[in-house]
Amino acid sequence: MKFLVCISNVPDTTTKIVFADNKGLNPAGVQFIINPYDEIALTRALEIKEALGGTVTVINVGGAGTEPNIRKALAIGADDAIRINAEPTDAFFVAAQIAEVVKKNQYDVILTGRESIDYNGAQVAGMLAEILGMPGVTVATKLDIAGTQATVEREIDGGKEVVSLSLPFVASAQKGMAEPRIPNMRGIMTARTKPLTVLEAVASEMHTASVAYELPPAKQACKMISPDHVSELVDLLHSEAKVI
Amino acid sequence: MSVLVFAENWEGRFKKSTFEAISYAGEIARQMGTSATAVVIGNASDEDMKALGKYGASKVLFLKNDKLNTLEPGVYTSILAQAAKSCEAKVVIISYTYTGKAIAPRIAVRLKGGLVSGAIALPTGLNPFTVRKKCFSGKGLTDVVVNAEVKVIAITPNSYKLNTGTGEAALEALAFTLNDGDLKVVSKEIKKSSGKVALTEAEIVVSAGRGMKGPENWGMIEQLAEALGAATACSKPVADMGWRPHHEHVGQTGITIGPNLYIAIGISGAIQHLAGVSSSKVIVVINSDAEAPFFKAADYGIVGDAFQIVPQLVEAVKRLKAAHN
Ligand SMILES: Cc1cc2nc3c(=O)[nH]c(=O)nc-3n(C[C@H](O)[C@H](O)[C@H](O)COP(=O)(O)OP(=O)(O)OC[C@H]3O[C@@H](n4cnc5c(N)ncnc54)[C@H](O)[C@@H]3O)c2cc1C
Repeated sequence: MKFLVCISNVPDTTTKIVFADNKGLNPAGVQFIINPYDEIALTRALEIKEALGGTVTVINVGGAGTEPNIRKALAIGADDAIRINAEPTDAFFVAAQIAEVVKKNQYDVILTGRESIDYNGAQVAGMLAEILGMPGVTVATKLDIAGTQATVEREIDGGKEVVSLSLPFVASAQKGMAEPRIPNMRGIMTARTKPLTVLEAVASEMHTASVAYELPPAKQACKMISPDHVSELVDLLHSEAKVI
Repeated sequence: MSVLVFAENWEGRFKKSTFEAISYAGEIARQMGTSATAVVIGNASDEDMKALGKYGASKVLFLKNDKLNTLEPGVYTSILAQAAKSCEAKVVIISYTYTGKAIAPRIAVRLKGGLVSGAIALPTGLNPFTVRKKCFSGKGLTDVVVNAEVKVIAITPNSYKLNTGTGEAALEALAFTLNDGDLKVVSKEIKKSSGKVALTEAEIVVSAGRGMKGPENWGMIEQLAEALGAATACSKPVADMGWRPHHEHVGQTGITIGPNLYIAIGISGAIQHLAGVSSSKVIVVINSDAEAPFFKAADYGIVGDAFQIVPQLVEAVKRLKAAHN
């Protein structure tokens, strides 16, 4: 079974966001990590590979600066990696690049995270499925494969739904699918020699562009209520904030 | 050339997020000098579909088919694409719900359109078509320009006000042929979450963290939620330790919510927690530590012992409700 796991390179969850001239993230001092949901997808792919056999390839669309995190994915256990050498400025562009690779290499299962924590778009998985004409399941909390059939549990509003579908397919991972692994020493050593192929991007349209950035308006100072007058809070929520 | 809006339903019922999406589509249509057409897939009643007119849909294109009561992303996309063609839609509006997240990217690709997911307001301009959304998990805002001819917008629930007008939408059946082979994602089982109010749709959320000391102390949290008609949520460690079910975990790695009121009890307010709740309109924090970071993100706060405060809060809410009934 051939897995392709799409990983994106995002600011660490504790990053204080600063924009440079409101034109984009100021990367100074920012620690970049593998998008946490992508790590969940990667771990589940490895678990299934260990049980059923196969290979796990990771793919990233990004500049050379993402290679430390690609090596980390190899250290966690991926067999090989592909980097498409281009700035991932639009989800459709990213999906189009990955689709090209899928068409050439015929993967059985293509996984992404449910969204990347930088642009929070939740777009790449659905777009990939559509470009490739494959079935897709988004925000999946469980993934099991038997033969050519997959059973997937996905998040729906008000609960979960279990669905089944045939390979090949695309799925996006939500927390619950697996517990991310921490690379061990042996993994880190072997990661250095695992193949990392760099490919140039194919021509593709960009349908959207983020043109300006700003920080959300600062919150007003918190109104403190004495613990001896708890009912005052309820009055304020009712008559001032008008939320109850 | 109308604005197309996907009117999502759950077992035949429409919810507030659908009305918001229609209101949003109606306003964009008004600005563009056209009308909004809603698409309904599944088994909603004629009455309920006509009533979508109140929010701004002039027409409803519907498709009733028991095989389509649950989401099949590819088929839903084909239906929406057919509807978009029939009314030459250049703008398609979808709610940024779990269903919306599954179909918005597909319909954008199918129509060769550009997608803005998680929009939080009306377009700031129609030419170029520019829409504001959050980025960096709520830590930033960005304006996205859609260059493609077709614009697909997935609007965040609870971020656009309801349009309350009058009028009925005209109903029209969509002629769509469903072949058995089209259903590639087959629904096997629906597991409804146990909470009385679904977390992602709740207007009020009562959330508690490690400060509650143990699962046996959640009685007062549930009582407060019940008194307020709220859903319950929790911080990550609480779910990890099994004190509460995982589907209640909010934050960067859990569920993202944006209720009108979020009450955080015994939660420190770590940046990863805030990422999932910072869209809440009003935040109340109850914490024994005056230095807890959550107070910086809060609108109202009480420094004190939750075990003393929450029971008093329950009584005060009950008194308020009794006085207004
Ligand atoms: C990659 C990553 C992702 C993460 N994702 C998430 C996420 O999605 N969601 C999330 O919640 N966390 C997440 N975390 C964890 C996060 O960093 C915090 O550790 C977590 O939110 C803390 O939970 P807490 O506030 O319940 O517990 P604590 O930090 O232990 O805080 C407990 C609070 O309770 C207060 N308290 C104690 N006793 C009382 C009392 N009697 N009355 C009132 N208050 C009391 C304390 O003062 C304290 O502020 C993530 C961390 C990482 C590294």
